[in-house]
Amino acid sequence: MKIISQLGKYFMMLWIVFSKPDKFKVFWKRTFEEIQLIGINSLPIVALMSVFMGAVIALQTASNMDTPWLPEYTIGYITRSSTILEFSPTIISLILAGKVGSNVSSEIGMMRVTEQIDALEIMGVNSLTYLVLPKITAAIVFFPILIMFSMGLSILGGWISLIASGLSSTDSYVFGLRSFFKVSDITYALSKTVVFGFLIVSISSFYGYYTRGGALDVGKSSTQAVVSSSIAILLANFFITQMFLLK
Amino acid sequence: MIEVKNVSKSFGKHTVLNDVSASFEKGKVNVIIGASGQGKSVLAKCIVGLHEVDNGHIEFDKRDFVNMPSYERRELRKEIGMLFQGSALFDSMTVEENIMFPLSMFSKFTKKEMLDRVNFCLERVNLAGRNNLFPAECSGGMQKRIAIARAIAMNPKYLFCDEPNSGLDPQTSILIDNLIREITYEFNTTTIVITHDMNSVIEIGDNINFIYEGKNWWQGTSKEIVKTDNPEIVNFVFASEFMKKIRENLRKDL
Ligand SMILES: Nc1ncnc2c1ncn2[C@@H]1O[C@H](COP(=O)(O)OP(=O)(O)OP(=O)(O)O)[C@@H](O)[C@H]1O
Ligand SMILES: [Mg+2]
Repeated sequence: MKIISQLGKYFMMLWIVFSKPDKFKVFWKRTFEEIQLIGINSLPIVALMSVFMGAVIALQTASNMDTPWLPEYTIGYITRSSTILEFSPTIISLILAGKVGSNVSSEIGMMRVTEQIDALEIMGVNSLTYLVLPKITAAIVFFPILIMFSMGLSILGGWISLIASGLSSTDSYVFGLRSFFKVSDITYALSKTVVFGFLIVSISSFYGYYTRGGALDVGKSSTQAVVSSSIAILLANFFITQMFLLK
Repeated sequence: MIEVKNVSKSFGKHTVLNDVSASFEKGKVNVIIGASGQGKSVLAKCIVGLHEVDNGHIEFDKRDFVNMPSYERRELRKEIGMLFQGSALFDSMTVEENIMFPLSMFSKFTKKEMLDRVNFCLERVNLAGRNNLFPAECSGGMQKRIAIARAIAMNPKYLFCDEPNSGLDPQTSILIDNLIREITYEFNTTTIVITHDMNSVIEIGDNINFIYEGKNWWQGTSKEIVKTDNPEIVNFVFASEFMKKIRENLRKDL
């Protein structure tokens, strides 16, 4: 029962978030700030994760391929496919749910408990549109960029690990990367990313915005935000994958 | 003029306001006093709609606020300046940006005009030149004054101050009292001040409301508060020996 009323409240919030901003100049300025905060500041962790992820995928694939019938380029092919289809969009989004989600919800939650949101409202500012819309816009715009960046680095990580361990050659890896390539894989991955970015930021904003109490409660909502947005990502991933595969 | 009629507000089972009525006059400093936890801040927040009332009416110059759609409320709120008990400064912005914020959102001022206004407001609260500090770098009393500067930046028609001089030294406190009074008389503002400072109650209180047990227990002018023999109010306002002596002296003058 509680989950239904929470969902209702969430959609009501979204309804208000997507109102016309009080001033577009301020909206764009805030959006660029958020791109910095949500997007650019996440580049290092995404880079680190992606390189190692790609390296491990490639190594695992290479070392498990002891049947001689499988051509060597399978390593490149599998690394590319799993990176593009799942690892970059889903795993990196889950990581970002932790980083961005807790950041967004504690920032907004802190503003709530210190009455800064009330102060905005008293001035006649639509606080939801002012605070949340730029964050959502930034996520929708910048998450796909982050994920493409992640894909590139993951594939690079795979290559480095193969060369360093001598398990495969550059030629066959690159050949594998280019075989059976479908543009729709990228479309699928990036569409997912947009949805995940939206879910992370909107859910975390929701928990932050409706925080009641003090600093302790800000911590609680931030945990809640990360847990809920991770679950939302997993569910959304399942449904989007079904939609793409079964159409 | 703000009129509050039969307002009630509970949080769960805890009734904070029980049928409060009051009227806050234009061009006057209307003071709300009462013991800690009696619901003064809640009353102020109900008036401006940060808490929805359970029952009752609130009118801003005859405009019914309780049943107003949210976009109209937002328009009306542009006429309100509010100082929160905890200052509520935006901590990601400098002092200057804080005060400029409402101007940049809603005024048609140029950058230069906004800056002039910011400096003017800072001067009025004795903080000229502190433009580039962040709230975290300011003392509690400074934050209070910055928040007052932000509240008056837009020349509000209705000014709410929740404990404007708590945590201020006596001199700064008097400065703030005077500022509130000047603004009220100069711009014909409907001002509501919540305070625990009995000095300011008597100094600037044109119209005093005493909140007690969820009701507006007593109201009157600063002269009347000296005259009254209502035991609750006498015990509250003139609690210390010092204040009792002051009361005796003031009563002789009347
Ligand atoms: N958001 C809230 N949820 C639940 N109870 C609240 C809330 N805000 C205030 N209260 C309760 O309402 C009562 C009145 O609080 P309020 O802040 O108005 O007191 P006050 O008169 O302003 O006191 P002080 O002089 O200490 O500021 C308190 O008992 C408080 O516990
Ligand atoms: Mg209070």
